Amino acid sequence: MKALFAAGGALAAALCIGAATTPAQAQGKTITLCWAAWDPANALVELSKDFTAKTGIGMKFEFVPWTNYADRFLNELNSRGSLCDLIIGDSQWIGGAAENGQYVKLNDFFKKEGISMDDYMPATVVGYSQWPKNTPNYWALPAMGDAVGWTYRRDWFARPDVQKDFKAKYGRDLAVPKTLDELRDIAQFFQGREIDGKKVYGASIYTERGSEGITMGVSNYLYDYGFKYQDPNKPYAMDGFVNSAGAVKGLEAYKELYKCCTPPGASNSYMSEGLDAFKSGQVALQMNFFAFFPGLYKDPNVGGDKIGFFSNPAATTQATQLGGQGISVVSYSKNQGEALQYIKWFAGGDVQKKWWALGGYSCAKSVLNDPGFPDSAPFAKEFLKSMGMVVDFWAEPSYAQLLQAEQKRVHDYVVADKGTAQEALDGLVKDWKAIFKEEGKKF
Amino acid sequence: MNDLSASSRITYGAVPLQPGLARRVRGLSDKALAWLFITPTIVLLLAINIFPLVWTIYLSFTNYRANRSNAPVKWLGIDWYQTILTDPDIWAAMQVTAHFVFWTVVIETVLGFGLAFLIDKKFRGHGMWTTIILLPMMLSPAVVGNFWTFLYQPQIGLFNYMVAFLTGRSASSFQMLGDVTLSPWAIVIVDAWMWTPYVMLICLAGLRSIPDYIYEAAEVDRASKWRQFWSITLPMALPFIMLAVLFRGIENFKMFDMVNLLTGGGPGSTTEVASITLKRAAFESWRTGYSSAFAIILFVTVFGLANIYVKALNRVKSR
Repeated sequence: MKALFAAGGALAAALCIGAATTPAQAQGKTITLCWAAWDPANALVELSKDFTAKTGIGMKFEFVPWTNYADRFLNELNSRGSLCDLIIGDSQWIGGAAENGQYVKLNDFFKKEGISMDDYMPATVVGYSQWPKNTPNYWALPAMGDAVGWTYRRDWFARPDVQKDFKAKYGRDLAVPKTLDELRDIAQFFQGREIDGKKVYGASIYTERGSEGITMGVSNYLYDYGFKYQDPNKPYAMDGFVNSAGAVKGLEAYKELYKCCTPPGASNSYMSEGLDAFKSGQVALQMNFFAFFPGLYKDPNVGGDKIGFFSNPAATTQATQLGGQGISVVSYSKNQGEALQYIKWFAGGDVQKKWWALGGYSCAKSVLNDPGFPDSAPFAKEFLKSMGMVVDFWAEPSYAQLLQAEQKRVHDYVVADKGTAQEALDGLVKDWKAIFKEEGKKF
Repeated sequence: MNDLSASSRITYGAVPLQPGLARRVRGLSDKALAWLFITPTIVLLLAINIFPLVWTIYLSFTNYRANRSNAPVKWLGIDWYQTILTDPDIWAAMQVTAHFVFWTVVIETVLGFGLAFLIDKKFRGHGMWTTIILLPMMLSPAVVGNFWTFLYQPQIGLFNYMVAFLTGRSASSFQMLGDVTLSPWAIVIVDAWMWTPYVMLICLAGLRSIPDYIYEAAEVDRASKWRQFWSITLPMALPFIMLAVLFRGIENFKMFDMVNLLTGGGPGSTTEVASITLKRAAFESWRTGYSSAFAIILFVTVFGLANIYVKALNRVKSR
């Protein structure tokens, strides 16, 4: 009898599922969305169910771990593959993807559908949608706003014994750092300290060599000390901007933080290593992208009341590294119409609100400028602040070469103790000039 | 009726040749038959070996980039070769590669031959020990890379713990993968751990191929064990040892996966072997022409060195 009930239940469930998927099957269209495999991607799967329910278009997802994300999808785009109808591609890809005809230009579509870029945070439009930058040429809809921020152990900061020790040593209260110097002091204070019988360390920062890690980390220091990619009045003129005295100080400060205050063995750390260090209770501070913060807040061991969030502190100025991505239609897709329908749907105000609620970071002003937004999540206020001061890496078609040059120069100096900060940045200017020269740029 | 007659013609096992075809095959000369069998292989080789090689040579003279297939392709002549051969970063990568190949081959050969020598003697548990020794080479390099990343972890890694135990130093006072001096050796250790058994197997084959009567004759002549080793074992196993050196040398010249997993070429560029530089140029920067030229340079280097080596090997074998 029990078996009969079970069989009946299974049949009913199958019928329900069948009914739910009927519109998609009826239309017979399924589109594939390609992105990285991480928490926000799971939120997008959840969100996209509404799209299928509304349009009858089925959704397939191709998610690749961050370590293979660029290799996998750039290979796909370069080989003119039609696997991805939609792609949430990294902000740096937009120059190459636009110039090589890999993304569909969305200007006409936006105009026809009444999608205005004025409805999105300016930094995200420049960072994720435009090529050339600061021109009204759109290749993506801002999809996932992101920037580098920091997490800290609020519970450790609140301990009276820790507070007392800190005040005795630095003459001020232990609180969220407002400057990079304060951040270093805090990291130094926790380095090697014993908390609940366990040796802990100062900060987890980006030092990864292979892809983009150390560049994404050191930028937060360089920008704060006045580094600029080029002369704002003379494109590609880098002397005195990339290797300015301020930039040199920034690079030295990052090395100082790495040397004094990171856990042993942190010479090749990026996003996941940072998460591991923080979740395992090893570090007091962690540098990481805001996209991970909802997941960290939910963590049973270090989340909730135990975690706090803050945006990148200031030095001589205040800025932070842009992360995040826009969503684009792949020009080799055979389902461009359906992919555009998805973008139209995704741009909707209610969808953007739900996207934020599920753990994605909306770039829409309707969400971010809502008076209730800063209190909508423990990290929302800091996210908003960060998105107002983001700077992005080069988005030139040759960005990968530019990135590799910085990875090498910076890692050589910070981790491998090779040369001085001035030599590293002078070398970087030389490398970047050679790359731009090869690209035919005049400067 | 037709269906029935059709089914009655069904045969089981080998399908008989149609009479016409059979006659034609039977009428083929030996040479023609050889070509018939060899042609698919030649076509396959041309398609997947020779054509890509020729195409790579062609690309190495152009500015072609795989991510800009719409852009006009410009003939650059030997520009890339000049650029590569005068680039200090490339020479640094070649030096790192040479260091890695030299030390891995030396360590693996010495240890591999030593193990083969021990395993060749019959002792209790001989089979079990052989299996245990062979285990590392049966693992995938990706698994080994991740596995050793944990072993080298300064705080929880077993390797650091063991070194600390033996030397009295603190386990977290040194970083095998993050230290400029130690990281090249960290990779050498992992490669030696993984591939020494392979060298051992080849050497073992060499040792087992030495006929017993030679040793019996030496015993009769009252040759000491050391003399037997020096005058019989080593010279007779030498071609096998040299073969192992050749295989490991070529493999390690191309080493990519282990280095990529363990250090990603860092710290700085300390462990950036040629294959990592090549991968970055080819599949991250998409400088297809440049990387083709670099690949050709590497190919010629390995091919040239291997050829010289094979000649030496043949000379040893013919002795």
